[in-house]
Amino acid sequence: MNSFKDIFENYHWDDIKAKLETVTLSDVENSLQKSTKTIDDFLNFLSPVAAQKLELMAQMTQKITQKRFGKTIQLYAPLYLSNECQNICTYCGFSLDNSLKRKTLSSTELIIEAMALKAMEVNHVLLVSGEANKTVGLSYFLTAVRLLKPHFANISIEVQPLSEEEYQQLHDEGVNAVLVYQETYHQEVYKEYHPKGKKSNFNFRLETPDRIGKAGIHKMGLGVLLGLEDWRVDSFFNALHIDYLQKQYWKSKFSVSFPRLRPAEGIIEPNFIMEDKDLLQLICAYRIWNEDLEISISTRENEKFRNNIISLGATAMSAGSKTNPGGYVVDPESLEQFETSDERSMNEMRSIIKQAGYDPVMKDWDSVYSGI
Amino acid sequence: MNNQQLIIADRTFESRLFLGTGKFGSLEEMAESIIASETNMVTMALKRIDSQSSEDDLLGLLRSTKAHLLPNTSGARTAKEAVLAAQLAREALETNWVKLEIHPDPKYLLPDPIETLYATEELAKLGFIVMPYIHADPVLCKRLEDAGTAVVMPLGAPIGTNKGLRTVDFLEIIISQSNVPVVVDAGIGAPSDAAKAMEMGADAVLVNTAIAVARNPINMALAFKEGVIAGRRAYESGLGAIGNHAKASSPLTSFLFE
Repeated sequence: MNSFKDIFENYHWDDIKAKLETVTLSDVENSLQKSTKTIDDFLNFLSPVAAQKLELMAQMTQKITQKRFGKTIQLYAPLYLSNECQNICTYCGFSLDNSLKRKTLSSTELIIEAMALKAMEVNHVLLVSGEANKTVGLSYFLTAVRLLKPHFANISIEVQPLSEEEYQQLHDEGVNAVLVYQETYHQEVYKEYHPKGKKSNFNFRLETPDRIGKAGIHKMGLGVLLGLEDWRVDSFFNALHIDYLQKQYWKSKFSVSFPRLRPAEGIIEPNFIMEDKDLLQLICAYRIWNEDLEISISTRENEKFRNNIISLGATAMSAGSKTNPGGYVVDPESLEQFETSDERSMNEMRSIIKQAGYDPVMKDWDSVYSGI
Repeated sequence: MNNQQLIIADRTFESRLFLGTGKFGSLEEMAESIIASETNMVTMALKRIDSQSSEDDLLGLLRSTKAHLLPNTSGARTAKEAVLAAQLAREALETNWVKLEIHPDPKYLLPDPIETLYATEELAKLGFIVMPYIHADPVLCKRLEDAGTAVVMPLGAPIGTNKGLRTVDFLEIIISQSNVPVVVDAGIGAPSDAAKAMEMGADAVLVNTAIAVARNPINMALAFKEGVIAGRRAYESGLGAIGNHAKASSPLTSFLFE
């Protein structure tokens, strides 16, 4: 077995959708009681009927997370490198057809932005860019990582899908984690949202985590963009993907994120609305199914939800985030990817986490483990 | 090892309970738990220490507890990474003690025996006091002794599970034939587990999750302290043998003496 595609092809969207509707309350109860959970149990936790068990699921989620991760929240912040992009993604502020001025950070600007993050005491940084292979390709990323490595304990990237060799080079340079979201596992819908650019190749994206795993990257982050399609079905496929990867790349860590569509310049409205109670059910489903999964919550979510999710499964959170290149100091007015919903500073978030009885952790990695 | 005090390398320990420092809800709670436990040594991950920052909160608070600091290499996947981490920790914390943790598998955090043996050989040569976290594998323990380890730290159950001494049969063998102190590490979920390990003759135990995640970590630290003391005292006092057989009132062999 060489890629997830072989497994993916054995499942059909409509079958999963139908299956979710036929889950009964006793199916959910049985799954909750099992000591080892499978992907079929995850499907039961995800089902509409499981919402009736949400309080119990939340309590289990809290216990399991504390046992595995303790009462801690890892804090990080994104650093946007560029908003240049050759893709059309109808939901994204960086979309090619959005005729706004583009910006890519120079090396000097990158360091200035990095220093602003250091002043916020950020030690885990996530580098983000659009997809513009000519100006913001592998050599740009390698330079960025080389410049930033002395300043951060942990560097993650969220950029266009790359080749196995390119991931290998990033790993050797010191990248700890790579995040790549499939956006949606519905092939036809994927085509509609990504009509143009390299990103329109569904399968190349689908097989990206395999390439990341083969390159020996320590951690990979997966997710779907919630709002593009039925979140239950999409999340089932995302979990199926993680389930496969975890067995295949046993040395890698996995994290899952829950980007809900947010307003951005020139984008369409979400087709599917996901309410807070749905998102909580999804987070609980992941946690009860998979105790070791890191769960990351970004500033796309609102203050109330973020305050409460600290003790309900989250293991990592971003704070004080700017989603535009130069957003911290260099060019605060540049085009942003999306509007953040929680604008509280890193310091405020640290206090909130402490008030919840949790330890806000700024450093939980060391560059000594990266790029050896 | 039937002496009153625990000695590892050149250091004497009053307490046979070691603590981990992860997973606590606040640094203050962690420090108070350490103090309540009366431990003499705590382990902390090198990756949590910010040696660039002059006022690292974690390190400052740990130092205030007076317990010895035992840096660990959690995060290392290979011997090479672990050796580098140990060297960095030696520089940052000015200690040549290291708890060797090499787990390439981030899911169950199970130790890699092969890489651990390589790293122990290397670190011992470099003058480190090596405390390796390992499977309860009696043969590996003897190999580590040959490599110059200071102690062996077999697991009772997978780390963080609170399942207790699932490896009891192997721990018995390890304890019975060890020439270095045996510290049971990982899986100890309750003070009774710690007491049981001490009753069996383990030299010490290391506890983290069961204390850090308790509703009241400070009281739980106290309970573990007492469990360890009780277990050790019972061991030193000579526990009665466990018997399944009742003593017959009319022995079958009595005719021999009539």
